[in-house]
Amino acid sequence: MPVVEVERLHKQYGDLVAVEDVGFEVAAGEIFGILGPNGAGKTTTVECVAGLRRPDAGRIDVLGLDPRRDASALHEVVGVQQQQGALPRKLRVGEALELYAAFYRGPADPMALADQLGLAPRWDAYYGTLSGGQRQRLSIALALVGSPRLAILDELTTGLDPAARRDTWGLIEQVRDGGVTVLLVTHAMEEAERLCDRVALIDAGRIVAVGTPAELAERHGGATHLRFVLEPGAADEVVAALAEVTSVSRDRDVLTVTGTGDVVVAVVLALDRLGLRPRGLTVASGTLDDAFLALTGHAFHEAEEVGRR
Amino acid sequence: MSAPRGVFARVVQTEAKLAIREPVGIVWGFGMPVILVVIFGNIGPFADEIPGSGGMSVFDAYLPVLCVVALTMLALIGLPMPLATYRELGVLRRMATTPVSPARLLGAQVVLNLVVGAAAVVLVLGVGSMLGGQLPSRVPAFVLVLLLTAWALFALGLVVAAVARTSRAAAALGNVLFFPLAFFGGLWLPLPAMPQVLQGISSWIPTGAAVEAMNATVRGDAPPLVSLLLLLGYGAVFGAVAWRTFRWE
Repeated sequence: MPVVEVERLHKQYGDLVAVEDVGFEVAAGEIFGILGPNGAGKTTTVECVAGLRRPDAGRIDVLGLDPRRDASALHEVVGVQQQQGALPRKLRVGEALELYAAFYRGPADPMALADQLGLAPRWDAYYGTLSGGQRQRLSIALALVGSPRLAILDELTTGLDPAARRDTWGLIEQVRDGGVTVLLVTHAMEEAERLCDRVALIDAGRIVAVGTPAELAERHGGATHLRFVLEPGAADEVVAALAEVTSVSRDRDVLTVTGTGDVVVAVVLALDRLGLRPRGLTVASGTLDDAFLALTGHAFHEAEEVGRR
Repeated sequence: MSAPRGVFARVVQTEAKLAIREPVGIVWGFGMPVILVVIFGNIGPFADEIPGSGGMSVFDAYLPVLCVVALTMLALIGLPMPLATYRELGVLRRMATTPVSPARLLGAQVVLNLVVGAAAVVLVLGVGSMLGGQLPSRVPAFVLVLLLTAWALFALGLVVAAVARTSRAAAALGNVLFFPLAFFGGLWLPLPAMPQVLQGISSWIPTGAAVEAMNATVRGDAPPLVSLLLLLGYGAVFGAVAWRTFRWE
């Protein structure tokens, strides 16, 4: 039985449709990502799942509970980490963990949790003295302190430096391996590709595809990218004219070719006919970025610009 | 399903620690009235009787005023400031995701400020009496007036916490409301020494009505029913407004 079931979810703020006809299922023990540009309706969707917002229409089931009707029962078993949630600066790490642990019937051991998240050395530190990464880890710890069966994490690594991001990803995998289902909201492609078992791609309030990152990239992002060194010349036009090639761009001596199907063979043979050899050839297959472009007709970051307006 | 037992006490305890670590509200609500009592008790002419006041000296008239000012400070600064800050930081929103409602945090702040207010009143009256001030002779009536005053003013403080979107806005609004309330409560000119017109206005203002009712209990009279009903009504109206406008995020 899935941990989360969402069907035909609809939510509107005034005239602005935030979420339209959204549906997905999260299976027990997986890290499920909701991936989309800013303003795509990701946060609204998970706020409805967490019982913090009332949907205009649709059905949501979380561990057999209705998030609105059974809110307090739901909050016992679902831990939530929201975007931009701070704490009073004069509250100590240990005090925060022990206070929030007292809110639940079957809490985790705050000290053990702090240890697991690398916060034990900062147990007596004021919140105001923590680094960004430490604050983020405390926020995750507070989402986990009730021993939830489902953890909802919203924009987990935004604003963290690359090392802290990698640490946090490792941590989330540990959490999943400990038996907690994770519903992750992110606008970072890289994070979804690296961390999620399955991903729902969402754009302008609608889900455009669901699958493993590899499936989506393969199914919808069929493009292949070639990069090689070749002095500028007539070859550029010959390559661009090939049926398999969709785009060609040049940066000094480096040519980047994007195409589909047997584009690698086609390009190499075409150059061979001209008596040319590509040097330092690298080939990359499709990414989630490509899948997003193929599914929505616009690039991920263009969508972000629209979303912000 | 209700939250585990003892949670509210836990929240109050944590809020108390935070209040002691950043004691802005306490310093103003508790420290200022106590310091003023000491100063006023040592101003010679303040021992003179106010003509037509029924035997109250200036200093006697100031003791109820300082009690009310302490409650006003706590209600308008001590109570809304942390609540607005918590909303701004997302603490209320975070608590809404747990089995314990953020309303407990609001309740904890009310309890904490009431305790500090009670301590301030006891200290103002204690020090005041040591310096020769007259204490209320009708103690139960005085306590009733205190409770109604706290009811009206704390409800107003919750309106401030509800309306202000940021902690800065809460501080600004609290201060803007504090000065007229303190003025009509008699902080600059005690009620019996006010011109008739000002006394008339003052009796319709929550702080003025509170001081008027307290003065009666000092003179040994029953507090006027109008003042009591006024405080009760103000509390009900402010409370309803706060209830309707308060947002957790």
